[in-house]
Amino acid sequence: MKPRHKRAAIIVGGLASIALAATLLLNALNSNIALYITPTEVLAGKSPQGKAFRIGGMVKAGSMARTDMTVKFVISDTVKEIPVSYTGILPDLFKEGKGAVIQGRLGADGVFVASEVLAKHDENYMPPEAKHAIDTAQKDNPK
Amino acid sequence: MNLETEKLGFYRYSSPQTFYPLAGKMLPWFWVVATLFGIAGLWVSFFVAPTDATQGEAYRIIFVHVPASWMSMFIYIVMAAWAGIGLALGTRLSGMMAQALAPTGALMAALSLLTGSLWGRPMWGTWWIWDARLSSELILFFLYVGFIALQAAIDDPRRADKAGAILALVGVVNVPIIYFSVIWWNSLHQGSSVSLTRSPSMAQTMFAGMILMALCFWMYSIAVSLMRVRAIIVERERNSEWIRAEVKYAVE
Repeated sequence: MKPRHKRAAIIVGGLASIALAATLLLNALNSNIALYITPTEVLAGKSPQGKAFRIGGMVKAGSMARTDMTVKFVISDTVKEIPVSYTGILPDLFKEGKGAVIQGRLGADGVFVASEVLAKHDENYMPPEAKHAIDTAQKDNPK
Repeated sequence: MNLETEKLGFYRYSSPQTFYPLAGKMLPWFWVVATLFGIAGLWVSFFVAPTDATQGEAYRIIFVHVPASWMSMFIYIVMAAWAGIGLALGTRLSGMMAQALAPTGALMAALSLLTGSLWGRPMWGTWWIWDARLSSELILFFLYVGFIALQAAIDDPRRADKAGAILALVGVVNVPIIYFSVIWWNSLHQGSSVSLTRSPSMAQTMFAGMILMALCFWMYSIAVSLMRVRAIIVERERNSEWIRAEVKYAVE
């Protein structure tokens, strides 16, 4: 074995062991890396007790109600839903039927009191005409 | 060309002495191509690509954000590859290439973080969030800065190259983490609009603008790295005969 072959083997072996270590580490930290949990997970008791955490999901269509600066809406993962109350300014992209990530605490009454509301958009980019065409097609042919 | 260098074939370009003039010859072409792609890319980005249905005109920052992000990851892989080759074969030029690529990579990572932040504020509602995609890209930026600092801290270039190479190789594990972060964990950052396995989920002209800008960034990165590697060659080989001759020629 030539010295440079040996060095190359050490590098490849080193990279493989680092990759393995990273995989194990990230697997162990999985729940900490996730930015939010879903309403289903919250209702299954997987939310941290007495601490602020984030919930991610869709803002249920028709659930938004405003009184002064306070907004009430329902966040849903299409299976389970959680009512949310938030006082403050909402991002422009926050809309019913769209994704949102909210941070706050779960009250004793089951209402999630949010301190921060963020809008989550998808990876689709299209001109307004194309969006209009898709929306019309969906309205005409409901699932 | 004598018999001996001919036998070396492609390997003779691994000598700084042969690569220096070659890089000098290639340089203007990369600048020309980068400029052409840049003009075409900006024109498509601003005037041809349509307004986005959800985000309006603000989405146009994608034409800088995505190419910068791609390049920040790609340059890291290329840098680590050069560093690895240098470590395994002991070729001097490899270390110089890695050193030349690092500042451009750091610039791309910084640009990606900055444009992402400017984009995140109006769309998501926050400048920054510790989500997996954003955090891993920040780590990439720190890896570049760490690599530059480590190399600069060691006076002997060969030892500096070796230390830098090990850091660069260890850090390579972060690149797939950045790329797959939006798939592996739930995050605020949306998934990829462009992937190798399916057609892009964006209008064709938007996609064209992004690709043109990415090519511009790529060619710019090559051009500026070649300039930098030439400067590094001059600095490191300053005591050799051929550099003295080269510099003397340039001065006169």
